[in-house]
Amino acid sequence: MTHYYEENDLERFNEIGKYRPDLYDNFMTYYQGVMSAGALSVREKALIALAVAHAVQCPYCIDAYTRGSLEAGSNLEEMTEAIHVASAIRGGATLIHGIQAANAAAKITL
Amino acid sequence: MLPFARQLEHLGYASLQAENFSTLQVNLGWRCNQACKHCHLMAGPQRPEQMQRDTIDAVIRVVERWTIPCVDLTGGAPELNPDYEYLVERLDRLGTHILTRCNLTILLEPGKEHLAEFYRDHRVELVGSLPYYQEDLVDRLRGAGVFQKSLEALRRLNRVGYGEPDSGLRLNLMYNPAGAYLPPEQGALEELFRRELTNRYGIHFNQLLTLLNMPIGRFKEFLERSRNYERYMGKLVSGFNPATVPGLMCRSLISVAWDGRLYDCDFNQAMDLPLLAGLPQTIEDFDLPTLATRPIRLGDHCYGCTAGGGSSCGGRLAPE
Repeated sequence: MTHYYEENDLERFNEIGKYRPDLYDNFMTYYQGVMSAGALSVREKALIALAVAHAVQCPYCIDAYTRGSLEAGSNLEEMTEAIHVASAIRGGATLIHGIQAANAAAKITL
Repeated sequence: MLPFARQLEHLGYASLQAENFSTLQVNLGWRCNQACKHCHLMAGPQRPEQMQRDTIDAVIRVVERWTIPCVDLTGGAPELNPDYEYLVERLDRLGTHILTRCNLTILLEPGKEHLAEFYRDHRVELVGSLPYYQEDLVDRLRGAGVFQKSLEALRRLNRVGYGEPDSGLRLNLMYNPAGAYLPPEQGALEELFRRELTNRYGIHFNQLLTLLNMPIGRFKEFLERSRNYERYMGKLVSGFNPATVPGLMCRSLISVAWDGRLYDCDFNQAMDLPLLAGLPQTIEDFDLPTLATRPIRLGDHCYGCTAGGGSSCGGRLAPE
């Protein structure tokens, strides 16, 4: 292993099921159910997944849902907007904690 | 990789046989006014291959002799063959259904401005290539300026009635991915195309067909250059869908190359894999009873037609 993240490891995902396959199977059933078309389309869900992948900064998920978004018919303009949504929420979440900092400072200062 | 023929053996197909013949696909030449990055035939403006008049006459005789229901004209840009209109006029008189695979921008070439009316007058069904509804992506794949020209061509076709309800003039669009990934679900993408093309440009069409990029020709060169070939092939093989096999286009179609040689499909033509030995090899030897139940020549590129929902010149093969 030369890197912490190996591109081909994504294809080994099912090896997680070697131990406690029941939990893995439950997860996969749930995962496939979540990602199937429902009130939201497969395309919309892939864009959400792409945004979340960036928020949690998972290179496997970024790889998988870049491809997934393209295979669902999205384009780079839409994908970039989705990533901006993740960025905006992360940025907003950082800033709103500034109130937390202000509160904490108020509590310990004269 | 499990060879494609072995994959079919596992499904109980000792060999894949043709059945329900319906279409003679005629490749009028590899010359094209575009040079798309994914083209399996590596077509372009400099290609000299063109079907000659004597071969075209042989095609007409075959269509008449065997009362072939559908003739699918392709290329290159089939309209660049000097005898394209000669062929269409004669096929129309025979009453066969005529389909043309149109790259759209051909309608704007000098001397071709009358094509929209010509198609209409002969009730030619059109399959127009449009890989997306955005300019940058289409131009990247098909060449600078192609998107705007394609829109202009579509407007001309709409004006003469193509793609309009109840006109009987069918205008289908053909999507293919702009890279090493599989096409979207056809129905969902059609909805998206219809919304975007209507709202943005006021353009109408009948149906969207999705086609997977075959790992041959220029697209294979891209896959190898970008080191995507193995992963792409792996995706095609792991995506093998048995439900696509009954509808594979090679089973109901025979492909005639520009030089009159016969193939199971346009992809085999690109790879120079003619019909199996012992079968008629040229349009001059065409014998429908023999060809309609022929064994089909297979290769690993056939995984491109069976991955996911499947792929064909008529779009997806398996229900979504």
